[in-house]
Amino acid sequence: MSGIHKRFPGVHALKDVDLELHTGECLALLGENGAGKSTLIKMLGGAHLPDEGTISFNGNPIQIHGPQDALAAGIAVIYQEFNLVPWLSARENIFLGQEPGRVCILPAKRERERAVELFKQLGADIDPATLCCDLTVAEQQIVEIAKALAADARILVMDEPSAALSPREVDGLFRVIDGLKERGIGIIYISHRLDEIFTVADRVTFLRDGAHVGTRPIVGLTRGDMIELMVGRSIDQEYPKEITEIGDVRIACKGLNRGKKVQDVSLEVRRGEIVGLTGLVGSGRTETARILFGADRPESGTIMMNGSELQIRNPRDAIATGICLLTEDRKSQGLVLGQTVLENFGLPNLKSFSRFSWIDLGRERSSIEDHGRQLQIKMTGPDQVAATLSGGNQQKVVLAKWLERNAEVLLFDEPTRGIDVGAKYEIYQLMNRLVAKGKAILMISSELPEVLGMSDRIVVMHEGRIKGEITDVPNATQQDIMKIAVG
Amino acid sequence: MNLKKTLSDYGTILVLILLGLGFSIVTIEEQWPTGNKAAKSLLQDVISTRPANGSNVLVLVRQGGDGKAFADALASESVAAGLNVLQIAVTQPVGARKALISIGQSGNSLPFIFADRHMANFCNEQLPRLSTQHPSLSTARVFTPSSHKWPNFLKKENLLNILKQISVVAIIAIGMTMIIITAGIDLSVGSLIAFSGVITALVIQSVGGGTPTTTHLFLGAFSGIIACGLIGMFTGGMVTAFGIPAFIVTLGVMFVARGMSFILADSDPVLVANPDFGWLGRGELLGLPNTVLLMALLFILAHLLMTRTSVGRYIYAVGGNPEAARLSGVPVKWVLVFVYTLCGVLAGLGGVMEASLHVTGDPKAGNMLELQVIAAVVVGGTSLAGGQGRIFGTLVGALIIGVIRNGMNLTGVEAHMQSVVYGVVILIAVLVDRLKAKIR
Repeated sequence: MSGIHKRFPGVHALKDVDLELHTGECLALLGENGAGKSTLIKMLGGAHLPDEGTISFNGNPIQIHGPQDALAAGIAVIYQEFNLVPWLSARENIFLGQEPGRVCILPAKRERERAVELFKQLGADIDPATLCCDLTVAEQQIVEIAKALAADARILVMDEPSAALSPREVDGLFRVIDGLKERGIGIIYISHRLDEIFTVADRVTFLRDGAHVGTRPIVGLTRGDMIELMVGRSIDQEYPKEITEIGDVRIACKGLNRGKKVQDVSLEVRRGEIVGLTGLVGSGRTETARILFGADRPESGTIMMNGSELQIRNPRDAIATGICLLTEDRKSQGLVLGQTVLENFGLPNLKSFSRFSWIDLGRERSSIEDHGRQLQIKMTGPDQVAATLSGGNQQKVVLAKWLERNAEVLLFDEPTRGIDVGAKYEIYQLMNRLVAKGKAILMISSELPEVLGMSDRIVVMHEGRIKGEITDVPNATQQDIMKIAVG
Repeated sequence: MNLKKTLSDYGTILVLILLGLGFSIVTIEEQWPTGNKAAKSLLQDVISTRPANGSNVLVLVRQGGDGKAFADALASESVAAGLNVLQIAVTQPVGARKALISIGQSGNSLPFIFADRHMANFCNEQLPRLSTQHPSLSTARVFTPSSHKWPNFLKKENLLNILKQISVVAIIAIGMTMIIITAGIDLSVGSLIAFSGVITALVIQSVGGGTPTTTHLFLGAFSGIIACGLIGMFTGGMVTAFGIPAFIVTLGVMFVARGMSFILADSDPVLVANPDFGWLGRGELLGLPNTVLLMALLFILAHLLMTRTSVGRYIYAVGGNPEAARLSGVPVKWVLVFVYTLCGVLAGLGGVMEASLHVTGDPKAGNMLELQVIAAVVVGGTSLAGGQGRIFGTLVGALIIGVIRNGMNLTGVEAHMQSVVYGVVILIAVLVDRLKAKIR
């Protein structure tokens, strides 16, 4: 792949990226969340088309317009979410989509033999007749790999293949990868776990903010080098942090548990404080915030507000007690996209705008217009449909609806994701104004410079647990955070 | 772009207008008015000829229809104009002949015959011959109301008839619109019509015996509506508490309610022994049928609910994005239970209206009506994907379906062909829905 560019509305996701994979090698792709890794591999899998640049295979340029093209070219992508049909057997899944064109009276028998052979090559003991939903995650992964081999794939792309596996299963995966390499299959391996990279990869390509920042052989590379290449940004005046007076504990939780994602999480946020909650994607940050907001129920643990225990059964309760959540994914969770700005803004605030359920439309309208002016929301008017606003303005609409609630505790999950620099700055200033008024902010973010730039205190999570806390923020570095975050 | 938006917003109204125009053009016919107005204008024509006071008049109207009323109107207008009505004959041609001969034999002068279209034709044919035998008839001048061309479709009675015919479907479609806006569906409403009717009739029978009073009638209607409301609440509960798709739950409820109606009614229609029960379904107020007035009132209330209250906002939000709605503090489950309950109540009301029309609780009532209701909603522009739709759109949808049926009846399209046309209309409506989504 060379000179790859990809632009999405408002984002330049990939800028002139080159990537080279040799026969029988394992190339690791490293970068922060949002660095462009997923976009890049989706191009190989046929989910996106590059705007510019070429992809060549054995020196011949190829065009990948869809998943079928990718498979035909010998490229198989195994996404984090497996593409298996749960109610079909392992054999049927392996040969799914390959049935036509096979002239064979008893395909089932031949397929079964081929499946057994493939599993043997992969060193797995799986009965091809087992339904996929009865297989373990590791076994399903083997089925995915077998599926790729059955289609004669020469390149295998694996997105976070180890995320759902136990350490023993990961070892098994590595043996499989070694075997594939011996057969001359090239592998692109994406993972956040740096230790794995040292074990499995031959070379590492680093992406940062959609740009290719370097490719290094694994030999001679240290953990520190990796972190620096991944995050290596300098902090300048992007973050207008103001020092505020920090008061009593506003919200606190003790011993929250929910599945594997949230294990024994205790934290507190004080009046006038911005606490940065960070960690890798999937480390349980969002899940923790959702519990505080009542979106999910904890299995155990307590939540306290101003020192007294809260019973939060649903978001409605949380909103009533003055907690609000700016969701990570504003399009699917923060806004009703098909509705207007006014309707979205009104949703949590209708009680204060209505009497006996009858809405005072005039008051509601003038209120969103006020917020629109203060937050500088660029919209044609309160009747503009939310879907047609830019990302930053959508985020401001979500902010407006919570500001109107005058919530005391604000849980901001990736508040600046996918937002341009100017709007980011305005959101940081707004956060400053809020803490100056004594509000408590828990800011979840994967952007380490933002966490370092805006937080009074940083809490780092890893695999559902709080792994560390950084109180001396001004003297902390991104490397300090990453060291805790990768476990 | 603006044209597109206008079309997608008002397209259904345009379709309705075009349909109305089309049916108007193909049903244009010579109209021969009868009734008070026609009688008045006829007498004005007569007075302009300055008739002598006390001139004799024969009123001649064909038997049947509103003939009697027209004849009486003509007679009383004649008297008011100072004319002397010799005889009022509401009869067949034979009787008319007799009346003319008897007047001729009596020798009375007969300057005026006031007749409707049929009798005027008769007189124009027969008078020349009769007057040779009875000279007093030779001076008679026949007056009949002047005719004009007007589409049968656009006659007031016809338009009111369309409204009356759609009223049950349209009222239930209000509830269905709300359910479909929440991305659900309710297949049980047709059966609920029967269930409500049967319950109503049975309750009236059991509390009122052979001579139910008005109180008993109200009690019965109330029971039918409440029973259906409770069934709707049950449906909503199943959908929210267990997350079963509404399609499946309401399919089950549809069979249960239909079967229960037959079991409770013992398979036969249940009569209501008080003709006053027909007030809702057959009565009129200020010249408009009660059902039409009720429909108009409910549509206005539903429109206000959906556009001006928090409940309406919540319904749209739940349909547009249930997760975002929940995270904004919307009581999603309550909203869902509410819409299914309301739809049940409206189906119950529809059942009472239907039962009132026939003064009978019929377990066969409302068969397949759920599909007409859903068709009205979909044709009215409500998206099956949820989140979008308008109450008045549904009214327009119901009108479109009603107008198509009425127009096809007027032009004599046979029933099976009508069914084909409905199907095509629904397919076009859904296609338009998809295209709208694409534009967005």
